[in-house]
Amino acid sequence: MDSNKAKNLEQILESSIKDPKDLTRYLYYRKKLKEEGLSDFISILPLGAAINWARANSVWPLTFGIACCAIEMMAVGASKFDLDRFGSGVFRATPRQTDLMIVAGTVTYKLAPRIKKLYEQMPSPKYVIAMGACASSGGPYTQLGYQVIKGVDKIIPVDVYIPGCPPRPEALIDAVLLLQDKISKTIPQQEAI
Amino acid sequence: MNYELISSKLNEKFSTNQNQLNTSTAGDPYFLINKEQLLPICQYLKENEELWFNFLKLITAVDQGDKFSSVYHLYSYKYEFGITLKVDLEKTNPVVDSLCGLYKAANWLERECYDLMGIIYKGHPDLRRILLPLDWQGYPLRKDYVAPTEYNGIDNT
Ligand code: SF4
Repeated sequence: MDSNKAKNLEQILESSIKDPKDLTRYLYYRKKLKEEGLSDFISILPLGAAINWARANSVWPLTFGIACCAIEMMAVGASKFDLDRFGSGVFRATPRQTDLMIVAGTVTYKLAPRIKKLYEQMPSPKYVIAMGACASSGGPYTQLGYQVIKGVDKIIPVDVYIPGCPPRPEALIDAVLLLQDKISKTIPQQEAI
Repeated sequence: MNYELISSKLNEKFSTNQNQLNTSTAGDPYFLINKEQLLPICQYLKENEELWFNFLKLITAVDQGDKFSSVYHLYSYKYEFGITLKVDLEKTNPVVDSLCGLYKAANWLERECYDLMGIIYKGHPDLRRILLPLDWQGYPLRKDYVAPTEYNGIDNT
């Protein structure tokens, strides 16, 4: 590995460690490896940070478009905006294989129990992005929409909200990046490790 | 095909002057017909060789404040001509005959009007709500409808 690339990787790994105690330990072992002349072959990382790094870079969304916002979500998945660059392009057709639910559209009372069921079928850890004004607050239906839930957060917990009607594809990408940031800052639970 | 032909044919067959052609309002002319005569008139319009209204495009309903209207849009593929029929119903008891026996398309259209406006189609084989949840209360497109503040434990404010 040429030294420039190695430097780069070291920096990336370093920045993914949020716990200061872990960081000191990491730097200590890295120094040790260098002294032994093994740093070309072995990279080290605290297990929690490694798990977070893996989780944050493979957030698989559910194929789940419920109104006009879904058109923008499809654009994000397609080649022009290419969500796959961030590891989130794998839209799964079953909730059992997903980590992320992008609520892309208007949530009606008739749909609410189904959304809840889909959310409960997803394995933990799971995340929700409320895409667009409808999913965040009822949007254009706030006043007169007798059939619309005023925000999907009334039935399931939401991690990231995106404003807009519909939001630009870049906004959805930004939300995914925010979510990745959030995931890499969490401390994984003991049983998960 | 034109409105005069249909009008004269209807008057000839159904000898009342209750089934008028109304051209006074903006938009397409329509026939305001008697509630009891809806079924026979539709059957006549559908089966008469010179009219042949074999396609039911749409059924809608209107809340006029003091009464309801059920509106039917028929189309003749053979003569490429469409007409509108209107039936006035009382506010307290909006019941009208179902067209399901004549047109298969009427099934879901009438269910929709029942769901949103609460018009009862007598003789419909399966008159249930079609868009809203089955346990929904009230008919939302009526003028006096008040949206619920809560539905099945989900807050609506
Ligand atoms: S926020 Fe706008 S674009 Fe998105 S689902 Fe609602 S109405 Fe459609």
